[in-house]
Amino acid sequence: MQLPPFQAVYDAHRDVVWRFIVSVVGRADADDVFQETWLAALRAYADLRDVDRLRAWVMTIAHRKAIDEHRDRARRPTPAPTIGDDVPGDSGPDAYDGDDPLWQQVRALPAKQRAAVAHRFVADLSYADIGAAMNTTPDAARRNVHEAITKLRSTWSP
Amino acid sequence: MVTMSDIEHALASPTGERAAATPAHLTAAVVADATRERLLDVRYAVVDAPPGPLVVAATDAGVVRVSFDPPDVAADELARRISPRIMEAPTLLDDVRRELDEYFDGRRTTFDVALDWRLVTGPFSRRVLTRTAAIPYGATSTYADIARDAGNAAASRATGNALGSNPLCILVPCHRVLRSGGGLGGYAGGLPAKRILLDLESA
Repeated sequence: MQLPPFQAVYDAHRDVVWRFIVSVVGRADADDVFQETWLAALRAYADLRDVDRLRAWVMTIAHRKAIDEHRDRARRPTPAPTIGDDVPGDSGPDAYDGDDPLWQQVRALPAKQRAAVAHRFVADLSYADIGAAMNTTPDAARRNVHEAITKLRSTWSP
Repeated sequence: MVTMSDIEHALASPTGERAAATPAHLTAAVVADATRERLLDVRYAVVDAPPGPLVVAATDAGVVRVSFDPPDVAADELARRISPRIMEAPTLLDDVRRELDEYFDGRRTTFDVALDWRLVTGPFSRRVLTRTAAIPYGATSTYADIARDAGNAAASRATGNALGSNPLCILVPCHRVLRSGGGLGGYAGGLPAKRILLDLESA
């Protein structure tokens, strides 16, 4: 079994990873999450055995960086700004308004539903792959997507 | 009435940031971080040159490959023979790119960059290429002379094979080796490329 050059993996999947991350964490935090995703992928690459599922593999890493670690980081207390500092605006997902209203609503969903929607509609993953990326079952992945769409349906109008 | 499929269709239609490609500065940042953390075993760049585009690759030890193959083919070979932890990193190969540019401008006759010889397979090939590396700019030698100098005058075919699989084209100037009768012989980059290099050096 031969791993392709990492550059080929990057070229094939960087845009879908980028769009997934922008969808889930918002544009303001996407740069950091994107870089962390690919560095983690490179660190794990030499030990990868399942060459046929590279997209699902890298999306699993992107999911971890976008949801788990991003959430942990948001929970950590940030030092209070000193008076006189230039205080940046709130850059959390909810405050991100450079996006269309539907996706702003997606980012107001619970993390699991938000990620499931992005895996399904941005990354175009199967429910089996979404389950793998989210460390859950395909059925649970399907339920997350369904519940998200039901919720969006009550709030969104085209 | 908004239906499920309206929502699904809207979600699946890329808009705004979701339609955008990865910003270029992020690719450079990933490569820079990966280099700093020593996660890349091979870095490569594509260099425009008169005989055609070259793929130049380096390890921490030095330049390991100069290839006339297309970038994806060259990257596959490097992944197979050295390590799949390989990325394109143009700025990390500035030294060899500059030396090649100077060479093709006629302003450089020898190369100073460190070489990594690991893709040279056997001791005889290594002797052939070491001898070839000593042929001066503008001069030529023959397969027969190189075979003799490498210690086996009868091994002209093995000498041809060693030169044909030279991983360090141009830096190890196998284009300076001709047939005894004066014929061009062969070249990994094709005979027109060999002719271009010889003409450049005789100008």
